[in-house]
Amino acid sequence: MWDYCGHSLEVARLRGASYADVRVMHLRQRDLTTKSGRVGTLGQSESIGLGIRVVAHGAWGFASTDKLTREGVAACAAQAVAIAKSSALAKKEDVQMVPEGTYVDSWQGPCLKDPFEIPLETQLDLLLAADAAMRSVRGVTLSETDMQFRKIDTWFASSSGSKIHQRRFISGCGMVATVFKDDAIQKRSYPNSFGGQHVLGGYELIESLDLLQHAPRVGEEAIALHSAPQCPEKAGTLILGGSQLGLQIHESIGHPIELDRVLGQEANFAGTSFLTLDKLHHLRYASPIVNVVADARIAHGPGLGSFAYDDEGVPAQCIDVIKDGEFHGYLSSRETAHLIGLPRSGGTMRTEGWNRLPMIRMTNVSILPGPWTLENLIADTEDGILMDTNRSWSIDDRRYQFQFSTEIAWEIKGGKKTRMLKNPSYSGITTEFWNSCDAICNADHWVLWGTPNCGKGQPMQVMGTGHGAAPARFRNVRFGTAFSKQ
Amino acid sequence: MSPRKHTQSTKRTGAPATTLRPEREVHRVAASVLRLAKERGVPETEVHIEESIQALTRFANNAIHQHVAEHGLIVSIRTAVDGRTARVTTNRVEEDALRAALEDSLSLASHQPRDSGLLPMPSKQRYRAVHRFHAATAALTADERARAVKKACQLAEREGQVAAGIFSSGQSQSVLVNSRGLSAAYRQTQATFSITMQQGSAASWAKANAGDVRDIDPAELAKTASEKAVRAVNPMELAPGRFSVILESAAVLDLVGFLFYDFAATAVADKRSCLSGRLGKPVFGKNITIADDAYHSEQLGAPFDGEGIPRQRVMLVDRGVVKNLVYSRRSAKQAGTKTTGHGFVLPNEYGEAPLNLVVSGGSTSIEKMIAATDRGLLVTRLWYIREVDPYEKIMTGMTRDGLFLIENGKIAHAVRNFRFNQSVLEMLRNVECLGPACRAAGEEASEMVVPPMKVRDFHFSEVTKF
Repeated sequence: MWDYCGHSLEVARLRGASYADVRVMHLRQRDLTTKSGRVGTLGQSESIGLGIRVVAHGAWGFASTDKLTREGVAACAAQAVAIAKSSALAKKEDVQMVPEGTYVDSWQGPCLKDPFEIPLETQLDLLLAADAAMRSVRGVTLSETDMQFRKIDTWFASSSGSKIHQRRFISGCGMVATVFKDDAIQKRSYPNSFGGQHVLGGYELIESLDLLQHAPRVGEEAIALHSAPQCPEKAGTLILGGSQLGLQIHESIGHPIELDRVLGQEANFAGTSFLTLDKLHHLRYASPIVNVVADARIAHGPGLGSFAYDDEGVPAQCIDVIKDGEFHGYLSSRETAHLIGLPRSGGTMRTEGWNRLPMIRMTNVSILPGPWTLENLIADTEDGILMDTNRSWSIDDRRYQFQFSTEIAWEIKGGKKTRMLKNPSYSGITTEFWNSCDAICNADHWVLWGTPNCGKGQPMQVMGTGHGAAPARFRNVRFGTAFSKQ
Repeated sequence: MSPRKHTQSTKRTGAPATTLRPEREVHRVAASVLRLAKERGVPETEVHIEESIQALTRFANNAIHQHVAEHGLIVSIRTAVDGRTARVTTNRVEEDALRAALEDSLSLASHQPRDSGLLPMPSKQRYRAVHRFHAATAALTADERARAVKKACQLAEREGQVAAGIFSSGQSQSVLVNSRGLSAAYRQTQATFSITMQQGSAASWAKANAGDVRDIDPAELAKTASEKAVRAVNPMELAPGRFSVILESAAVLDLVGFLFYDFAATAVADKRSCLSGRLGKPVFGKNITIADDAYHSEQLGAPFDGEGIPRQRVMLVDRGVVKNLVYSRRSAKQAGTKTTGHGFVLPNEYGEAPLNLVVSGGSTSIEKMIAATDRGLLVTRLWYIREVDPYEKIMTGMTRDGLFLIENGKIAHAVRNFRFNQSVLEMLRNVECLGPACRAAGEEASEMVVPPMKVRDFHFSEVTKF
């Protein structure tokens, strides 16, 4: 692989590139699903190729190829340089990049049990047993399970002399029970909705989830939701479960802090951000108890945003995003860092695959734990609603106004979790919501959730991001507008 | 945007467009997999090869900031042995790699329970010809896209605006064969131009997608977005509530597009479709007729499904009444009917879906809709649409890039963006008039043929800050 990397960099240089970096990536994936007692998807894929990014005539070009021969990668490098020269037809100024060190390294992410070495029967038997356990609850009309495993090898080299190999295993698993009854559909998922939990790691994740223990409860709650009262439309106290808080962080903190959005580079598709540059160090983003970091280091945990180096060869870092409630930092790249006066990139450039350009992406954007136990937090709440497990999510293109709905909720009265509520939803304005946070649960409740399906860019790239979160409480939140008839 | 005459320059400079492999070469790869499978004694084998060449010029802040090209080919092999099937996909075409993929497919297939509902692979089929490969699109160069982008950026600068968007072009081919003699092939080209014009904190947007790049006029789209951005400044805040709305075709597409899977027979059988229990009933207004038609002149896509079955035109909704669903071979057998050629590649748990929706239009132009509106809102596009309630099909999302108050038959003022929570079923019962149907391009749904609509009592629940 290093030969292909080196040859393409040399061709790019000879064709006139002033800078180039190249990624050879080998991606392997296995997907398993079941539905109501039978195997649904059963597939495996591999993809290997090379993508090269160059600066020529002061502008960017990128090309990719699956022809891994010296001729193939040379043609690809030449095409990237020609594209860069076309880009220069409509440039404003030459590309500038903050300096970065040169690294020669090899790194492998955590993986105790290679999921591709676990017998397929073992994996399918577990899924089919969980599927059956959900359907053992009378009234469940649809049961579904899924597992997904990925093994990603990346060989990165740059014209500055870096040569970095990284290997990452990603594992994910989940299940959902759906109940259609009386002209309504309700569903419950475990351990999270939309594919479950995903981490940087191996089959040990699957074994830790104990699907069979949770499957009957999932089915029973999906049934019970049909007879639960509707979540009221009012303002009140909200306690969010950890996985939902993780998605709240993703949408209302993670995306607004992407510097490419702030600078207008995503204006046509993903949108921009209310976090204009004047707000850096000048915005009270959240209440003083809120501390949020973007931490790509493996020390933060085995998150989907954990790595040793980003896809432009910058070492993983921890960035303070919100410190004691104040807005403290953006996600940046080598090209954007200097625009906010940073001497160095924050190391957040990531690519979906060999045929995609690296772009600024969330790493692990996590809220740091507070002092509360969940039991004490509920006991401290006189009147509120506890919502858990996302059902829908939406936010405007500058990341101000959001609305989330969850699968399930429980009323809290007099410090006790009482009756179940169906169709829960809440909405608000980002900074108002985060400034209303008055309690965060402790490290015992903190989980590094994986969001495997974050879409951004043109052409679209799907990226996994991590979000450490513990249950937290918010005051004076608006409930129930998703089902309002007004 | 109306199509324009095919007068685009044929001058070719800059990075040359690459070309797809000859179809016979792709067939040779497929044949070699079938040969390996036969030698191995595999009872049934399906080979699906997809080759794609795509390029995209992306701009923001009145300059190109990303500019990419890719060329890839994948070989997807499905084997079936004694009621067991699995798929393995690789992008390596040397014989050793194909043999390894074949073995992996056999291994995956063999390590699962037998599926009594798995059907034998289909035999040879006859396909209706479609011609969706346009040389002008395939030959478009990086320089040509860059020059069109530069003109759009120059317009933005002249108007004191900031442009962002994309100009993409690409070509692809698909070859599907199986060991029972089925052989299908398809080629298409596709181009997209999308532009956002920002004026201060206001913005507007225009987008078009076509098989033939000469049907896209980037300068006209830039002009449309630019003029609308001027009108979008200083938005006033209105209280949320129910409004008469005129939805431009992109907004209609992105909402109605969420209905497509509800017409799948498998979704209805699984009781997760909003049409469960509603077949044969007047679910929509009498002015709503929806078909799935892969052969419509403004559609793109192959004339066969994931198993190689010819796609049929299916009347889904006739004057408000849900008439038909679409079927794969498996769901058709379970329902005691015939496949409509809408199956996904196997194995999968979702079955099938209509991918070429055509919503019949009317004759009322957007201008006439505005003129006939005492008070209402004109909606350019919608954003971040998600399902709130699957059976009532309540969708939430935001307006974006151009929301305007209509008063006394005229556009009166820009309005701050709203969040909506609206049942699509209810919306399609409240359509007052329709414009001509056209190939619409949005961001949430794939391109389809839909009309602009005037809808009463559209529910906006909250307002945002801009």
